[in-house]
This record gives sequence, C-alpha cells and structure tokens, in this order.
Amino acid sequence: MTEQVIEKKGFKLETTALRAYTMLGALALIWLYFHWKTDGRFVTPENLSNLMTQTSVTGIIAVGMLMVIVAGQIDLSVGSLLGLAGAISAIVLTNFGYGVLPAILAAIAVGILVGLLQGSLTAYFNIPAFIVTLGGLLAWRGVVKGITNSSTVPVSDQAFVDIGQSYLHPAVGWVLAAVAIALVLYQAYRRSKVEKEYGLGEGSLAPQIVKAIFPVIGILLFIYLMNSYAGIPNPVVIFILVALFGFFITNNTTFGRYLYAIGGNAEAARLSGINNKVVILTVFGLLGAFVGIASVVNTARLGSATVGAGTLTELDAIAACVIGGTSLMGGRGTVFGACLGALIMSSLDNGMSSINLESYLQDIIKGLILVSAVGLDMIGKRT
Amino acid sequence: MALLEMREITKEFPGVKALDGVTIDLHEGEFHALVGENGAGKSTLMKVLSGVYPHGTYGGDIVVDGDVKGFANIREAEEAGIAIIFQELSLVKELTVAENIFLGKEPTRFGVINWAEVYQRSSQLLRDLNLPLNPQTKVGSLGIGQQQLVEIAKALSHKAKLLVLDEPTAALTESEVETLFGILRGLKERGVGMIYISHKLDEVFTMSDRITVLRDGKTVGTQATLALDRNKVIALMVGRDVGDIFPQTSHDLGDVALEVKHLTAFDPDIASKKLVDDVSFKVRKGEVLGIAGLMGAGRSELLTTIFGAWTGKSSRSFPSNANRAEILVEGKNVEINSPSDAIANGIGFVTEDRKRYGLILDQTINDNSTLASLNRFSGGFITNRSRETAATRKVMSSLHVKANSPMTVTGTLSGGNQQKVVLCKWLLTQPKVLFLDEPTRGIDVGAKQEIYAEINKLAASGLAVVMVSSELPEVLGLSNRIIVLHEGKVTGEFTRDEATSEKVMHAATGATKT
Repeated sequence: MTEQVIEKKGFKLETTALRAYTMLGALALIWLYFHWKTDGRFVTPENLSNLMTQTSVTGIIAVGMLMVIVAGQIDLSVGSLLGLAGAISAIVLTNFGYGVLPAILAAIAVGILVGLLQGSLTAYFNIPAFIVTLGGLLAWRGVVKGITNSSTVPVSDQAFVDIGQSYLHPAVGWVLAAVAIALVLYQAYRRSKVEKEYGLGEGSLAPQIVKAIFPVIGILLFIYLMNSYAGIPNPVVIFILVALFGFFITNNTTFGRYLYAIGGNAEAARLSGINNKVVILTVFGLLGAFVGIASVVNTARLGSATVGAGTLTELDAIAACVIGGTSLMGGRGTVFGACLGALIMSSLDNGMSSINLESYLQDIIKGLILVSAVGLDMIGKRT
Repeated sequence: MALLEMREITKEFPGVKALDGVTIDLHEGEFHALVGENGAGKSTLMKVLSGVYPHGTYGGDIVVDGDVKGFANIREAEEAGIAIIFQELSLVKELTVAENIFLGKEPTRFGVINWAEVYQRSSQLLRDLNLPLNPQTKVGSLGIGQQQLVEIAKALSHKAKLLVLDEPTAALTESEVETLFGILRGLKERGVGMIYISHKLDEVFTMSDRITVLRDGKTVGTQATLALDRNKVIALMVGRDVGDIFPQTSHDLGDVALEVKHLTAFDPDIASKKLVDDVSFKVRKGEVLGIAGLMGAGRSELLTTIFGAWTGKSSRSFPSNANRAEILVEGKNVEINSPSDAIANGIGFVTEDRKRYGLILDQTINDNSTLASLNRFSGGFITNRSRETAATRKVMSSLHVKANSPMTVTGTLSGGNQQKVVLCKWLLTQPKVLFLDEPTRGIDVGAKQEIYAEINKLAASGLAVVMVSSELPEVLGLSNRIIVLHEGKVTGEFTRDEATSEKVMHAATGATKT
C-alpha cells in the first residue's frame, strides 16, 4: 500500500448535514402537498398542533429506540410494553385510587424493569435482542389482557388527563422560547471561543451567529404557531424534553460515545476497556423508561388504557429511526434524525387521513416510503 | 514429464512485489515442501496456482501436464485436477460430511439431488482414503483434525492429481498429524503430487522429497531433501541483511515493569488444548521485549490473556496454588479480569488487525483515539470535546498522523496512518507497559520506519514495550531481549547481542531450548 493521505474532508459531517437538509426538504414537500390537496387546511395552527401531539408518543419512543439501534440492538416489545405500562398506571390510578404521581412512577418503573430484564437476557445470556423482544412483544400483550381482564380501564383524574390533553399557557411558551434562544446564542458564542482556543477556525463570532439564525427563527415560528391555537400541547413539551435529553446523552456523555463504539465495532470497543454488557443493559433500561413516559402521555391522551394500546408502535418507532438515517447494523444515527423521521411518519398519517385516502392505500404508501427512503440512502452511498 | 511447472511467476500488489520470478515444479507422486518466513510469498504463490488470482493478474506461466493453463477462477483449476486446502477450513459446519464433500457439485436429476449417490460415493471415497468417518455426521461435531481430513476428502472427490496443503497441521494434535501423514503417504503411492507448506521443519524433513525455499517473493533454491539439513534450510530462509532501518539506541533500563508467572491459556473451543503453555517472563522499564514465533505459536493469545480479554479458560482463574498465573505490575500483584482492569493498571494493547480489533472505521480520529481513555477527558460522565480534541491533536502531531484534523473519519486514512491512530488511542491511556501485536502489518516501509522510531522513543522515555511480530528483522532490530514461542511454550530466550535469525528460527521451529 502506498502511503498517501487519501481523505475526503469532513466526510461524516457533510453527509449527516446533507441528510438533515434532505429530510427537512422532504417534510416541507409533504406538508405543501397536503396543504394544496386539502385546500389550505393542513398547515394551520390547529392541524399542526394536532400533528405534533400525534408525533409525541412515537417520538418519545423513537429517541430511546435510536440509542438501542445505534448500539447494534433492536427492541420489538415497545408497543406491548406501552400497553402494559399504560394499563398499570391506569389501574394504580382508577382501581387503587392512588394519586397522579404514583401512577406516573409506576408506569416508568414498569418500563425500566422490563427494559432491564430484556437487556440482561440479551447482554448476559447472549440471547439475540430480536428474539428476546419478539418474545416480549407477545408476552407483555398477554399480561395486559390478564391484568385488565381484556377490558378498557378508564381514567377520570383530571390532573392525569391534563398531561395528555392540556396545553402550556402561551405566556409560558414565550418564556421557554426566550430561554431556548438564549441557549442557542450561548452555544454559538462558546463554539467561537472553542474554535479560537484550539485553532479550528477563524474564531470570529459572526459566522456562528449566522448559523444560529435558522434555529432561532424556527423556535420563534414554532411557539408562535402553537400559541396561535392554544399553546404548546403538554405531550409535545414532554417529547421535546425527552428529545433534548436524548440529544445530550448521545452527544455529550461517555455512555453515548460507547453506544456508537459498540455498534460500530463491538470487539474494538471491548478491547478498549468498555464493558459492553453493562452499556447494553443500561440502554435497554433507558428505552424502557422512555416507553413508561410515553405510556403516561398515551393513556392520558386517550383518557383510558385499552387492551390494544400501542399495537404496532414498535414498527412506527423503528421506521422513524430508519427514515431518519439510522443504520440497523448499528454505529450510525442521530436523535435529530429519529425525531424528524417520527414527524414525517405522522405527517403522512395525518395528511392521508385528512384527504380521506382509503386505509388500505395509506398502509401501502407508508410501506413504499419506508423502503424507498432506505433505498435512496443506499444509492446515495454508492456514488 | 513434470505434473506441474510454474515458470517465472510474478505477482504485484500496489506498491509491493509479492512474487518476483518464482519457478517451481512438481512430479507425479512427489512430496514437495515449500518453506519460507511469514510473508515470503508462499500463500500468494498457491493462490496464483489455484485460480484465486485469475489468469492475467500475474506474470509467468502455469504448465499442467505440458499444457500452458490460464485459470479464470477456482473451479477451472479444480477441473484441471488442482486441489488446495487453505489454512482456514472452508467447510459448512451445519452440513454432514457427505454434503460438504459434494457441496456445489451434487449429482442431480432434473435439479433434484440424488442423495443415495451422494452417500454411496462419499462412503466409497472415505473407505479409499482409510478415513474412519461416517458420511452422515455433521462436520461441526468433528474435531479440527477430522475436519481437516474431510477437507482432504473433499479435495480428492474430483480426482485431484495435485494437492496443495497450506499449514495443514497447525491445529492438529500429534496423533492426528500421524493419521494425516499416513493418508498423505497413501496418496503419494497413488501418484498424487503434493505441495506442502509448513513452518514445522521436522515435518518437512520427515515427509518431503524436495524442498523449495522462498524469500521476499523470490525462489532461493530447490534441492533434494536428502542434500539439505535444518541449518541449511534456515540459512536459506533468513539469509538477508537486517538493514539500518533500526537505529540502535542505548539507554539504561529501569526496574521490572511487568512480570508474568506461569501463564497458560486454553483453546475456547477445545478445552484441553493449550495455546499458551506455562509462560513466564519479565520486562523492565525502557526495555523492548520481542516475542518471536511462527503463526499459531500462541503469541497473540499470550498478550490477550494478560490483558484480560481472553475468552477461553486460562491459568489466571485456577484456584490459588502453584499453577495459578500471577501478574505483577511494578512488583505489585494485580487482578486483571477485563481490559478495563488492564488499562487501570497501566497496560495498553495495540491489537493486531486494526480493522477488526483496533478501529471503528466509520468514526473520527478523535473518537477512536480517546475511546480507551474517555473517563480521563470527562468528569466521569459528561464528555469534554475540546479537551479531547486538544489531546488528540497533540498525540497526532507527535506520531505524525497525516490528516487534516482530528475530525477526519478514520476509514479514509491510509493503512499506516490508521495504525498510528491505534497507537494514539493507547498512548492516551498513559500506559506503563505497552503491548504491540504486529504493529507494522500491511503498511509500507516509510510508515514502518516512523513506527520503529516511535517505539524506540517510547522505550527511551521509560515505557516497557512487549512486541509480537512475524517479521524477524523487526524483532531482531528493535528488541533488547527476545523470547521465542513454539506451540505455546517458550523455546528460546536471547539478548540483543546473542540473537541471530538462525537461532531464533531454530527455536521457533521447535528445536529445544539452547
């Protein structure tokens, strides 16, 4: 082999950025198309508020699913677990009459326990995650039927229902917007300082401020739209918090780095002193916790825990990750991509329903879009 | 007339001439041994012969039974009666012996396999070869030695008249080797010509009629076995100048940095087979300890076991008694049960095969470099990218990694630079003892020299280095002291002044301790 520096400058950053722009473009096209087809009933404050709320449950789970997939694993049980944790919180609330907080904690605890159980079977007993969680998909749905006698458990506690159905006061929304913008600007300032310190760029503030313009406009527009209807829906607030948390975990923690390392090359990770088993156990626990949170939102939104709650949610969450550019082989994917993927999926659902497309066609189109998204990715990679 | 002639075979890879005018011939019923150091070109030559490298990608002629042949693929070579058994077994473990023998050439009628014929013909074949095997047994349930025999039966099922065996005894026990040799003698009587590649000179002298020695891709000589002896063969194998690419440095050695006592490691698949057999050694601060030995001698296994990464059984876990292995770092007995224990105790391990064990090719230089020391750059949990990048930059420039920035993706680098990134990773763990396993495999001479210089620099700064390498000149040129392994045991120990290629090669081919 001849020694030469074969290098494509900034290869990774460019492709991930390019992907993000492509996806935003695709989302814009989908919105415009439905807006045109519905004679201007799609991009309205009311519909966008609904759309964001519909995205929340899948989105929260997709953030956890992303981390599991990045580590080279998979979890097929999240739909059934969503049903189970929701049923248990409803039972704690309605049948036992405990308060809202115990109901929430019970749901999250169930999620974590199931996640840790499945994670330990995968990590320590070497049963492939696909098998363990396929078993979970069947078993947890059975448990739901057992503990509810296959009947719906209603939830009437207003405080609980508000989690899923109420909105943040518009004033609070603006305060949050101010905080978010301040954070974005502070990040821009810090980045310029770091660049100067380590000589990565010119270190001037101006280009960083220019880069910050889009996120700032996005935040203002988002809050304005949500507030023009009723304020940010509570489920959306929770989804955003979970997404920010996931973003932080994947980008700024050793744990996050280990997820990518294990998914990228498990043997190299092990020989670098990483305890792969503990990391895999933990990531399943984390996804379980997110599913617990999502189940509270879901149950509150529907006002009851149904036997079929969460059916096929696992596939929506996996599809969101994949559309968002996550590799099922592990090692590659971003929280931002997974969230955008979830938004694209629910935009399709929402849009196709609002133009009264027949249900069978909706399924076919969603299937086609999932496969072509990955197909386009593969073609893009080859050239 | 010769069964086979290979005339003036030349094969180039980008930047390397792997074969340079090699000529070899083989007669009917002849057992022809092919020997040479690792990397001398033996396996490449056999890949040319068997069609792995198709006609047109090499220079020179292959003549079978007087006709010049140009094989486009392995199948064409097989049809010409050439069968090759590679080092790695190519059997499907889930299929039966008979299914494996006929894999890809099942007798069929309208696309339906005639199983009666498959089993009848394979029984016949196994009987002819005197192999005590049931054709209905699953290959996976056989030992490695028996699998090797199945491989031979498979090779002979299409009436091969020329059989190439590449290190067939590497994984066999002594009695299995005897069985194999019995069968090979039988084949010889039936007129099958054999080319036999082996590092084990004892076997070569027992079995062969003629010996051809390759060195650096050239034929050094072909002679009748009776006209040669062990010393002559070794002299032919290594007869080369250890150049001046190894700057001799002299500095004082410090205290013992690492001591290993009675280390034994067992094969993860065959629990009774020792891959490392009661090895003890010491290495001092500032010292480079070379570990020499041929492929399969247990060198990587030794390092992996000390590092706490061995997946099989080892004498580390023996109940405490005299046979239990001890590892002492700076004189203190330490428990190392995982790579993170090893790192915490100041041991770093630049593993072999950087693509499989060393790097995450999709990720940046920075993320690869800090992977083993991430805790040091973070408050335990939250990472600090700017600190990482600063440290990566520093180590990159001290190792002369040629890349635009720490954010460059590792997979886009050349082999030499990738290897340096692995070295970056382990230097950032601030080790006291650094293991290097084949640190210059597959990189060009310029990068090699840079790595040699770096090893000397690290040793001079007081680091203890343990280096495994298959390239003898490298071991001789860099090490203060050399231990030689053969079949898991230490068969020789030499200081820099005592060591010569011949002595090391003697020990590595199984001569007893001198």
